[in-house]
Amino acid sequence: MEQYSMNLTLKVWRQKNANEQGRFDTYQVKDISSEMSFLEMIDVLNEEMIREGKDPIAFDHDCREGICGMCSMYIDGRPHGPWQNNTVCQLHMRAYKDGDTIVIEPWRANAFPVIKDLMVDRSSFDRIIQAGGYISVNTGSPVDANAIPVNKDMADASFAAAACIGCGACVSACKNSSAMLFLSAKVTHLALLPQGDPERRSRALKMVAQMDKEGFGACTNTGACEAVCPKGISIENIARLNREYLAAGLVAE
Amino acid sequence: MKWSELFTSSVGKKVIMALTGIFLILFLIVHVGLNATIWAMDGGEMFNKGAHFMGSNIVPRILEIGLFAGIILHIVQGLMLEFQNRSKRKQGYAVAMGNKGSKWYSRSMGVLGTLILLFLVVHIADFWLPNRSNQGFLLGEEINLYDKMQEVFKQEWVVALYLLGCFSLAWHLLHGFQSAFRTFGVSNKKYLALINCVGIGFSIIVPLAFAMMPVSFYFGWV
Repeated sequence: MEQYSMNLTLKVWRQKNANEQGRFDTYQVKDISSEMSFLEMIDVLNEEMIREGKDPIAFDHDCREGICGMCSMYIDGRPHGPWQNNTVCQLHMRAYKDGDTIVIEPWRANAFPVIKDLMVDRSSFDRIIQAGGYISVNTGSPVDANAIPVNKDMADASFAAAACIGCGACVSACKNSSAMLFLSAKVTHLALLPQGDPERRSRALKMVAQMDKEGFGACTNTGACEAVCPKGISIENIARLNREYLAAGLVAE
Repeated sequence: MKWSELFTSSVGKKVIMALTGIFLILFLIVHVGLNATIWAMDGGEMFNKGAHFMGSNIVPRILEIGLFAGIILHIVQGLMLEFQNRSKRKQGYAVAMGNKGSKWYSRSMGVLGTLILLFLVVHIADFWLPNRSNQGFLLGEEINLYDKMQEVFKQEWVVALYLLGCFSLAWHLLHGFQSAFRTFGVSNKKYLALINCVGIGFSIIVPLAFAMMPVSFYFGWV
């Protein structure tokens, strides 16, 4: 595709901290290359603001290659912007044309309080993992191949769930601010492998309890989470989590 | 883990919605089947026999208590979940996500359910209440329900309201039917495809049959 440049209008959510009221500010950006990433476009705006002595827009980013899950932006009514299976850092400006107006908001959920501007605190996800998203014993150094038989289909399903980068797009898209897609990916990832099997029951119970404590909503199977997940995590995992939770809850003393 | 802990967790609450939902779906099958006897073209003879059995036999009358319990539990839990879920995002989005990723009816279960509830209030006041009060709420003499239907469905606004009720029910079922099975943990694609098909069929056929009842009376087809 031919490279082109564009002028854009950005409406960006600005908020000093979690306690202050936020508002939208409008910015004009000029000569943006279609080959820039979305974050690079904001870098350009921020550098200009710094030169002018203004407060730059705070946003999260780390790897800029679509695997860290830090860039949490809700762009024009969709988490991570208009492209499918994509993070904001991998959204490129060729998705836009000259004269477009783009509205950028942070993830909105009580469990993800805004730290500043477009940055939100996602440590609630960390606490859900800490509640049971691990294997308690050291599994040691790698064993010989095929020493523990693992069904290929199970290994693939587990790996597909393990692709979750914990970005929080599922929560931001869900009308109930539910973290069930995230949680179900973590539970599935471990439950389908022999190493995770012994703790699968207590894990599901502990992680759901922590999710409820963090103030996420309940799942109503609308499917919005699956549609926006940058890693294509399937909503089937949520049904598996429901099954794991019920099986555990019905027999737990 | 206590029962109370299990059924008050976010997953447990959904299980209650799914259990009561499936129970109400089973009730709909009985209700639509019995009511379909109005089309026996016998001046309501078969229909009144069926209604008499449901109203005078102790077994269906005891089951009726269970039905009300199920309906109330589904309504109360549903409304509570709706309000709790809404409270989880105090600051909303400026640009709504809308239909990008989910169907409007899957996001509108609370509204659709409330419309069905409003219909139910009118529906119970139209038939159940006058019949049961005539019976002294025990096993006394019933009114002629076929005649009652003929009388009630003469009014345009009642027919319109019943159609709105059936319309809401169809969309509510279209999401609720398959969602209930997902809540029970069905993740197998083969079964989900089957459940989806049956769910779509059920959501069209049953509300359509119900909708045809007031219409049939209004136009004098029965």
